[in-house]
Amino acid sequence: MVVFDKPKALADVSMHYCPGCTHGIVHRLVAEVIDELGIEGKTIGVAPVGCSVMAYNYFNCDMIEAAHGRAPAVATGVKRANPSEHIVFTYQGDGDLASIGMAETVHAAARNENITIIFINNAIYGMTGGQMAPTSLPGQVTQTSPYGRDVNHCGYPIRVCEMLSELEGPEYLERVTVNNVKNVNKAKKAIKKAFQNQIDGKGFSLIEVVSTCPTNWGMTPANALKWLDENMLPYYPLGVYKDRSAKEE
Amino acid sequence: MADKVLMKGNEAIAESAIIAGCRHYFGYPITPQTEIAAYMAKRMPKIGGTFLQAESEIAAINMVYGVSSAGYRVMTSSSSPGISLKGEGLSYMAGSDLPALVVNVQRGGPGLGGIQPSQSDYFQATKGGAHGDFKMIVLAPSSVQEMAALTVKGFELADKYRMTAMILADGTMGQMMEPVELDFEVKPSPEKPWATNGTKMQRTHNIVNSLSLVPEELERLNFERFERYAIVERDEVMYEEYLMDDAEICIAAFGIAARVAKNAIVKAREKGIKVGMIRPITLWPFPKAPFKKAAEQVKHIISVELSMGQMIEDVKLASECKVPVTLCNRAGGMIPTPEQVLAHIEDIYSGGAK
Amino acid sequence: MAKLTFKTDKCKGCGLCIDACPKKLLRLAPDKINIKGHHPVEITNQDECIGCAFCATMCPDCVIKVER
Repeated sequence: MVVFDKPKALADVSMHYCPGCTHGIVHRLVAEVIDELGIEGKTIGVAPVGCSVMAYNYFNCDMIEAAHGRAPAVATGVKRANPSEHIVFTYQGDGDLASIGMAETVHAAARNENITIIFINNAIYGMTGGQMAPTSLPGQVTQTSPYGRDVNHCGYPIRVCEMLSELEGPEYLERVTVNNVKNVNKAKKAIKKAFQNQIDGKGFSLIEVVSTCPTNWGMTPANALKWLDENMLPYYPLGVYKDRSAKEE
Repeated sequence: MADKVLMKGNEAIAESAIIAGCRHYFGYPITPQTEIAAYMAKRMPKIGGTFLQAESEIAAINMVYGVSSAGYRVMTSSSSPGISLKGEGLSYMAGSDLPALVVNVQRGGPGLGGIQPSQSDYFQATKGGAHGDFKMIVLAPSSVQEMAALTVKGFELADKYRMTAMILADGTMGQMMEPVELDFEVKPSPEKPWATNGTKMQRTHNIVNSLSLVPEELERLNFERFERYAIVERDEVMYEEYLMDDAEICIAAFGIAARVAKNAIVKAREKGIKVGMIRPITLWPFPKAPFKKAAEQVKHIISVELSMGQMIEDVKLASECKVPVTLCNRAGGMIPTPEQVLAHIEDIYSGGAK
Repeated sequence: MAKLTFKTDKCKGCGLCIDACPKKLLRLAPDKINIKGHHPVEITNQDECIGCAFCATMCPDCVIKVER
């Protein structure tokens, strides 16, 4: 009996991600959830600009490539075009979602737009070669913070889940990570809930996945996971930041 | 024949869009076009449509991008500064070959400018309006009736050629009231096999995308797109000729400027000066042929514009510089008067061409 | 008895599966190079595999199929 194989909603292609990049794991989790919920035929994904720009090639459902940061607005359009027949998700990195697209993110959340957002936070701009992200940690060395992120000069990293949790709008906000098997399974559960919420018409769900970028962090994949555990998770604590339905029940 | 109703230009656009089958409108408030949004906010919920006030012009055009990707007729509207913000989305829509209707009720610029009428976004509208090689179909109404008719036409052309159609109006056209007839025969939206509306597990996935990292491929897409544009230039040019049969002086004007010019022409004719007008209705594709023909007939062309002179460049190109082309203009929200245009005509007639 | 099948040419040699294996049965094949130019993952002792799929869970590239 097959106990593990590539999910059907994931295209049978080699992804362009660097060795050990956790994008691959999260792509697979999204595809597994699409399979398990049986929604591939009605799902439309929106890819960002950033490392996952070519996500449109990796999912077998319909896909749209959005302008940088605009995925929540595009998703709003797709969802509202046919709310009962379209399941819409965006897949965005930290630069896309929390910097250039912050307005689109916040307002989609405030509207409780009935979409699902998968937010990859790896504290760096990967595609352009490792520049400072809105989520780069204080002191973190990047191409554009070569002496370490100086919070007096360029401010503090943004905790997206905490920030959005102050809004009345959003239905569900959870921060997960994929640094070990247990956490990968928890991440999948959160992603599944985020899609189920949409199916149930509950509204805006955002899953922040604390992720790695071994190449631009300058580490082996294994060391990157260790660095994530020691440095990212203290600043970005895992957990559910908002679950409106649970509160009401 | 349907009854005529008295409507503002902006409202005529909104109602005509609904008649054309548009059920999704996204916008951001900006003077002098906000009546379109207000009208849609009232009407859309009553007919099962969607009106959504977006958080920004950028978000609005990207919501349009989303609905269009899913294969539905969709529109947004704004005024000059807002259209600049939409530029990114317009370029992406062109790169993804998505149809939509975008309305620009122009106001004076640059920058925040003013809120009075202008035609100073002619270059922006007709020469691309954002990064990359692309065109939009640009329609220039000169009456409230045309605001309505060109809105319907705009949706049809957008769908037919998978392009953005832009209504390039101005504050006067948007705000003024005239009787309109709204009994349009609407061509329904064509099949859109490219739309991302869910595979229903019956086809391979569709991708709406403007990214193409292989230059040979991106070049091919650009050439293909411009082959389509060439068909638009061949088949979709619209213009009106007014008293051109015996004209010795030709006025080039669109939108509100053409109405001012008509008054001046009538007065000039009363004085025995043979003036006619070519009024482009499509600004892109530009009506090159009539101006080329006019250049063989008239002694002079006057471009009447509410700008520092933008269409005049296309008039000069189309008339191949065979006759002098001069500018009669106001800018920054001011409108030329018939007297100003008449004075310009008389100046030319008496040999005082600049 | 569990069985692992590897789509060897998709492996990028990142080694996340190796660290995840509770029985320490995986390694990067020292004498093999795949189409991407990486030493791909291989199992050293199939008989000891318990089919927990931890390796596949951590694999970013869906290289590993697990049967039990």
